[in-house]
Amino acid sequence: MEKNIKFYWKLFLSTFTLSAFTLGGGYVIVPLMRKKFVEELKWIDEEEMLNIVAISQSAPGMIAVNASIMTGYRLAGVLGAIIATFGTVLPPLIIITIIAKFYTAFKENRYINALLLGMRAGVAAVIIDVIIKMSRNVIKTKNSISIGIMIVALIASVILDINAALIIILCGVFGGFYYNIVKKAGEDQ
Amino acid sequence: MIYLEIFISFIQIGLFSFGGGYAALPLIEVQVLEVHNWLTMGEFADLLTISQMTPGPIAINAATFVGTKVAGLPGAVIATIGCVTPSFIIILTLSYFYFKYKNLSSIQGILKGLRPAVVSLIASAGLSILMLTIFKTEGTSLFNMKLSDINIIAIIMVAISVFILRRFKPDPIKVMIGTGVIGILIYGIF
Repeated sequence: MEKNIKFYWKLFLSTFTLSAFTLGGGYVIVPLMRKKFVEELKWIDEEEMLNIVAISQSAPGMIAVNASIMTGYRLAGVLGAIIATFGTVLPPLIIITIIAKFYTAFKENRYINALLLGMRAGVAAVIIDVIIKMSRNVIKTKNSISIGIMIVALIASVILDINAALIIILCGVFGGFYYNIVKKAGEDQ
Repeated sequence: MIYLEIFISFIQIGLFSFGGGYAALPLIEVQVLEVHNWLTMGEFADLLTISQMTPGPIAINAATFVGTKVAGLPGAVIATIGCVTPSFIIILTLSYFYFKYKNLSSIQGILKGLRPAVVSLIASAGLSILMLTIFKTEGTSLFNMKLSDINIIAIIMVAISVFILRRFKPDPIKVMIGTGVIGILIYGIF
């Protein structure tokens, strides 16, 4: 990929718009990033995107910022990471600076509340769309271990309410153990 | 030196918030309310409300809000830089090793175990947002929902949006703006 000014501008603009629409917490940026970087720009593949999210979640800090830093680094080294971080941090910085000045008016404004309530429906729809695609990709592999991990992780997160970082670490340990030791031992026999 | 104090406080928030999002809340509370008296309890509650309504990670929102209040725009910028610096260093280090060694078979095994779990974590976050969208009461969990609290308009909007996304594959941001505009028309005017 050619790294010219146009590329860096596109990277900045992509992370900026993604961050500006990340309503409702960290994971919301993941479906948007996937749509932008995997489907639209085709800069990274889905497997790599999932690896990036897993590592971002396991490290301290905000998942949206971490995932941006890592994607930027993957695409264009340290400079890419700096530009992606800048793009991700700028929208909340601008928006909150403005709101901090007159937040009571903002909080009680009927139209702003209506807009946000409406946008939430859009956010939910975007996530549903991406989850359908991603889970279908896991099921398509017909790998019963992967499908099993997906189901167990879902139960652990939704019903048992176990911390996301812990789920990631446990699944990584299990994957390392199963694919490197159990499966290799089976192949050797 | 107020700028240095802000910087050091937010470095700690950035460094110790594992798990993202609301995991950072107790840390912000300690730094902003207990260690320094930068916000009152009421202002802290306002900060939470604003964070829920605006995009961006809650820690960055808090950094900007507190920074602006204590030391104006330079304060906001310094707090934000402080918040991001630990992530930046740690993630760059992890990235370096990941991209260098990701093709080793032992690393591949670990990543192969992680990926399906990430799909579920995204699904779990999606479910919380869906609940927040289709129920009128805040903080409804899967187990204590009441049928009378269901917001029919929101369900219809989500359903139509999912259909449009799957059928026509538009830019998701356009869909979000679209539902926002419809929201103003339905909730704001009528």
